[in-house]
Amino acid sequence: MASVGEISRPIIVARSRRSFLVRTVGRPEFWRGLVAIVVFVCLWELGSRSKEWFGYQLPYVGLVPPPSDVAAAWSKVLVKWGYWESWYQSFKRVLTGFLAAQIIGIPFGLMLAVNKYFRDIFFPPFELLRPIPPLAWVPASLIFWPTNEMSIAFVTFLGAFFTIVINVLGGARTIDVRYLRAAQSMGANNWDLFWRIILPGTLPSIFTGAAVGMGITWEVGVAA
Amino acid sequence: MRRPPAASTRGHILIEDVVKVYDPAGAAVMAVDHCSIEVAPGEFCMIVGPSGCGKTTLLNAIAGFHSITSGEILLDGELLCGPGKPLAEQGADRIVVFQNGALFPWKTLAENVAYGPMVQRVLSKRDALAKAQDMLTEAGLGEFGGKYPGEVSSGMARRAEVVRALINNPKVLLLDEPYRAMDGLTKSIMHEALLEVYDRTRVTIFFITHDLEEAIFLGDRIYVLTTRPCRLKKVVDVKIRRPRNYEVLSSEQFRRLVEETKDAVHEEAIKAFQSGERELA
Repeated sequence: MASVGEISRPIIVARSRRSFLVRTVGRPEFWRGLVAIVVFVCLWELGSRSKEWFGYQLPYVGLVPPPSDVAAAWSKVLVKWGYWESWYQSFKRVLTGFLAAQIIGIPFGLMLAVNKYFRDIFFPPFELLRPIPPLAWVPASLIFWPTNEMSIAFVTFLGAFFTIVINVLGGARTIDVRYLRAAQSMGANNWDLFWRIILPGTLPSIFTGAAVGMGITWEVGVAA
Repeated sequence: MRRPPAASTRGHILIEDVVKVYDPAGAAVMAVDHCSIEVAPGEFCMIVGPSGCGKTTLLNAIAGFHSITSGEILLDGELLCGPGKPLAEQGADRIVVFQNGALFPWKTLAENVAYGPMVQRVLSKRDALAKAQDMLTEAGLGEFGGKYPGEVSSGMARRAEVVRALINNPKVLLLDEPYRAMDGLTKSIMHEALLEVYDRTRVTIFFITHDLEEAIFLGDRIYVLTTRPCRLKKVVDVKIRRPRNYEVLSSEQFRRLVEETKDAVHEEAIKAFQSGERELA
């Protein structure tokens, strides 16, 4: 039953004067998480070396290189310039695609939500294109754009775009009708309704869309 | 700051022979059946009826959220809705306080209260916020102006919502079972706070409830409605002197009024229960 108590405990402890680091390290959550990771890595090492150490190869995990080998290999790559160059490139692609998806996706989703005609016209083709996996766009993207970089950015953009639009649309359309009625009866015009009610009411969904979209852009970025 | 409780000349509601049929082409559910109610300017009018009887339909028609099928509704002699105009325009002269509260959760109480004058462009943001803070203080909520609705109790939030309505200087306040989900103790505090507001402003109040004692404690006149389709069943005048406080509840006069009215309400509640129909919005 201890876990119930943990959940109901207030999350905000920000009044404390201690530094963020001290506060984090002082928490049981931190230590539980740390122990969990250490145990996981140890089990992995044990499983991977099962043949070597016990003469019996465990299924699945026995086939994977042990974490110590992975770390050794990684340390060799870390010192190479190309590794960091790739990091930079990937970041650039993902961020470009992601930001473009936000900048175009949020207004597009909001327009779909507030304007019936806009929705009637643009939502069906949108839904037609949405099921196409982002990676299936790669050939088309290579034809569309002059450089490789732009093509890859475009594919990462598509990966996030559809998720963001669907989240924004869903969020905006599920705003409690009482808020809209209250605002209208107090004399809000469409402009006020949009900026002061629909947009703030949709913010939680905008952030959900951004979080999921960020995940997808990385997947797509790595694959592309 | 205190306004004198001048005799009101505004907020006269005339509901004449109103009929509301939901889905007339299909299921044709009659929610309101030839209902006529007249609310005098500045009257504290209580509409009592069993859950789902169509009381909220009436309120929605006045507020302009739902259309009516026939009949007409007038506010201070002006047609809100009627023949050829089934849906009333929404306006800041009739403000609704909703059943579960509808303060905007992303605005502080003061920003919520300032919303009306701001969007109507009658005050600048600064002036609107200052006036909002004044009105909250007047209602005893001054120290909560900077809090978000999620940080205060539901009782505080509901009181702030009444203030948010009043800042628009409405002709009529429409309250839709605002204290429904509250426990008895909180409710009694809410009642006294609302009575204080009413004594101060004498704004016309159209208050919907299914709680008879609440109705008698608060109202000048009680309209008991039948179960669906809703018709007028009984009108009771409450002549308990104002200002009222909680001692009224144990008075002989109060008990007599409950006695006089409870059979009518109970009868309809039983009918509603037995029909077991789904409640309408």
